Amino acid sequence: MHAQDPALATLIDRVLAARAHGSPVEIRGGGTKFFYGEPPKGEPLDVTPLAGIASYEPTELVVTVRAGTLLANLEAALEEQGQCLPFEPPRFAAGGTVGGMVAAGLSGPARANAGGVRDHVLGLTLLDGRGQLLTFGGQVAKNVAGYDVSRLMAGSLGVLGVICEVSLKVLPLNRASKTLSFDWDESRALEQLTLWASQPLPIAGSAWHAGRLRVRLAGAGAAVTAAAGKLGGTEVAAEAAWDWWTGVRDQTEGFFSLSGADLGRGERLWRLSVPSASAPVRLPGEQFIEWNGAQRWWRTTAGTREVRAAAALAGGHATLIRGADRSGGVFTPVSDVLMRIHRGLKQAFDPERVFNPGRLYAEL
Amino acid sequence: MKTSLAADERAEASRERRQADVVAALGEVMPRGAILFRHEDTVSYECDALTAYRTSPMVVVLPETQAEVAAVLEICHRKGVPIIARGAGTGLSGGATPHHWGVILSLAKFNKILRIDPAACTAAVQCGVRNAAISEAAAPYGLYYAPDPSSQIACTIGGNVAENSGGVHCLKYGLTLHNVLRVRGFMVDGEPVEFGSEALDAAGLDLIPLIVGSEGMLAVITEVTVRLVPKPQLARCIMASFDDIESAGAAVASVIARGIIPAGLELMDQAMTAAVEAFVHADYDLEAAAILLCESDGTAEEVAEEIARMERVLTDAGASRIEVSRDEAQRLKFWSGRKNAFPASGGISPDYMCMDSTIPRKRLAEMLHTIRQMEAKYGLRCVNVFHAGDGNLHPLILFDAQVPDEMRRCELFGADILETSVRLGGTITGEHGVGVEKLNSMCVQFSPAERRQFLAVKRVFDPLELLNPGKVIPSLHRCAEYGKMHVHRGMLPFPDLPRF
Repeated sequence: MHAQDPALATLIDRVLAARAHGSPVEIRGGGTKFFYGEPPKGEPLDVTPLAGIASYEPTELVVTVRAGTLLANLEAALEEQGQCLPFEPPRFAAGGTVGGMVAAGLSGPARANAGGVRDHVLGLTLLDGRGQLLTFGGQVAKNVAGYDVSRLMAGSLGVLGVICEVSLKVLPLNRASKTLSFDWDESRALEQLTLWASQPLPIAGSAWHAGRLRVRLAGAGAAVTAAAGKLGGTEVAAEAAWDWWTGVRDQTEGFFSLSGADLGRGERLWRLSVPSASAPVRLPGEQFIEWNGAQRWWRTTAGTREVRAAAALAGGHATLIRGADRSGGVFTPVSDVLMRIHRGLKQAFDPERVFNPGRLYAEL
Repeated sequence: MKTSLAADERAEASRERRQADVVAALGEVMPRGAILFRHEDTVSYECDALTAYRTSPMVVVLPETQAEVAAVLEICHRKGVPIIARGAGTGLSGGATPHHWGVILSLAKFNKILRIDPAACTAAVQCGVRNAAISEAAAPYGLYYAPDPSSQIACTIGGNVAENSGGVHCLKYGLTLHNVLRVRGFMVDGEPVEFGSEALDAAGLDLIPLIVGSEGMLAVITEVTVRLVPKPQLARCIMASFDDIESAGAAVASVIARGIIPAGLELMDQAMTAAVEAFVHADYDLEAAAILLCESDGTAEEVAEEIARMERVLTDAGASRIEVSRDEAQRLKFWSGRKNAFPASGGISPDYMCMDSTIPRKRLAEMLHTIRQMEAKYGLRCVNVFHAGDGNLHPLILFDAQVPDEMRRCELFGADILETSVRLGGTITGEHGVGVEKLNSMCVQFSPAERRQFLAVKRVFDPLELLNPGKVIPSLHRCAEYGKMHVHRGMLPFPDLPRF
């Protein structure tokens, strides 16, 4: 990746100008995740011209992609070679980009078993607040040269710089998959998920909602068949199963959409990330459990303080995903010492606070 | 000459005064017996497993409680004393090499397993717990800790986190980073800190990747929560022989290309095979130019299916001999040579230096040929074991430190391998870390702006640069000097490579 590249040169000029004028920019890809995080501020900085797969060698299990590349294009290129992004990033809408995927750091149903976005970042080229292009990590899976700055960018919401290009670890598609359904209440479902997670089973996704647990098995054909026999339940037809997991992944499944009336009633969608074996979380409203119990979505009218307290009690944190009232903050505040580190990192990468000010925390 | 001697004496006297002052201050917060400063007591801390680099530490402290760690840090921070955290001292890159004016903070006494949680599949352990001890404690629940560096019977989890250690199973199960949920410890001034959480993510920036692999330069780690995984019901291993290195390298790519992720995929060249066979008598094929070990684990059904596919791929790739382990005893026998590659090298040479670069898999054969040419160029032998599945090389350069110039040629040989790895699209270290050993090579892999950024990150955590100073990030001056040496000696190739 060269600074002379026209698309990149434009971005660098914009960043230098923004820095000189003290006018912040809002880094923008496909704009499919506006709803996520604190409200965007600043002049839009369009990264989509920086598009294309820079290199892809299936036998190396790595793909290097420019940030503005459509996620859909990347996934199609991988699928052609029988490979995939194992962490199943949510797509929300058409037009999402690879840069946005990394910056948001969100992962789909396979996360608990396959790892998250961060686990698959191998290297990255960043445009920092001084207009410098910096490359960290690389294109190989094992690499401990220098601090792992590339993975720090996963989920950073662009507050440290513009992700220009990223190398990702990819994996072969699963050879076989089956989805089983069980009509169980929350405690029973959590109990079973915990039990299964400690056994060598090819579980690759779980979702509990409204008295029904769905479990996806994936891997080698023989292993999936054997595990399905062991787990029992009712097998879901392949097409219906595919639709279901896609709906969960992209949050098009009914639970995740809040209508105008829902919002009017003060209902909000929260994501609670907790240790998987935590006891049931008690809040008013409706729940959707994923990641073998480690991700618990709530549609609730409960106040921010109540939701955060429930998450903290379970040993985790809560993020406001959708809802009208955002006055209590979207992300759970971090400890004082961690906030000092956050501020220090912002200062180190973006001293003039050019990028996405306030998108993660007001202080950054 | 006289002046210089006098200067040395003055420096020595000044260090003694400094030492007395620091020992006195530490004596206020720790038992006297846990503070070592006489030469005969500190001599065993002079190096880690990179024994070629030695320094006498000013003081060694062995705290036993969190409060003592905090107090030691607070004192050192206030007095501006460098702090080098140390686990078992098995590191191969000099991450625990002492500082002449510094304190070695030995965390060996933090050796308690705090909690095994079979329901959550996690273990919370103190930093001084040995890697293998975690799996032993988890075994009754059918769980284990997956990352398995070769030194796993001795190395500590704190050291693993500091170095982001790998092992033969990380192709399928990930590095230390992928298996650590939460790290607790202290900032340089003694303030307690917690990174990550027992959930799958934590609020804010994900600082776990910064801490894991930071080589003791950002914070002091005292407690780690790791992910445990269910122990596979079964593992079987294929030992495949190849008549030439190219086919062995191509076979590695074919396995991956067919969508197989083996539990381990290792390559040994003929010289290495001969050395380990003499050491372990595992019936290795001594005629083969290269041997691949390819392992499958999982349920019985999974393994049967995968082994059959692996056999087909390896046969198609031209394997001259294929043997599949019949039982666990034979599987362990297959691995015994690979696991003993280092001691076996000790048996055929007075000294050896282990390199640790990573390259794209497809360049394996090319790299081996280049190493052959380097053997002639530097007049030293090199035997090779590779974590072939993830392109991580461990060439062992054989030398004799007693023979004049061999150590110097060995270092040049090593640097040449590292720089060739960078040129082939790889990295100078896959799992051992930079430490003091690969400082020069960092100049080749990173631009001055990138190195400045590393330093800026360091200063966010440790503004006075007291935690493990001088490691990992070479100074701009050092890189400039190294660049001149390159051109001057003309020993190393690729003078056209951008470095500054």
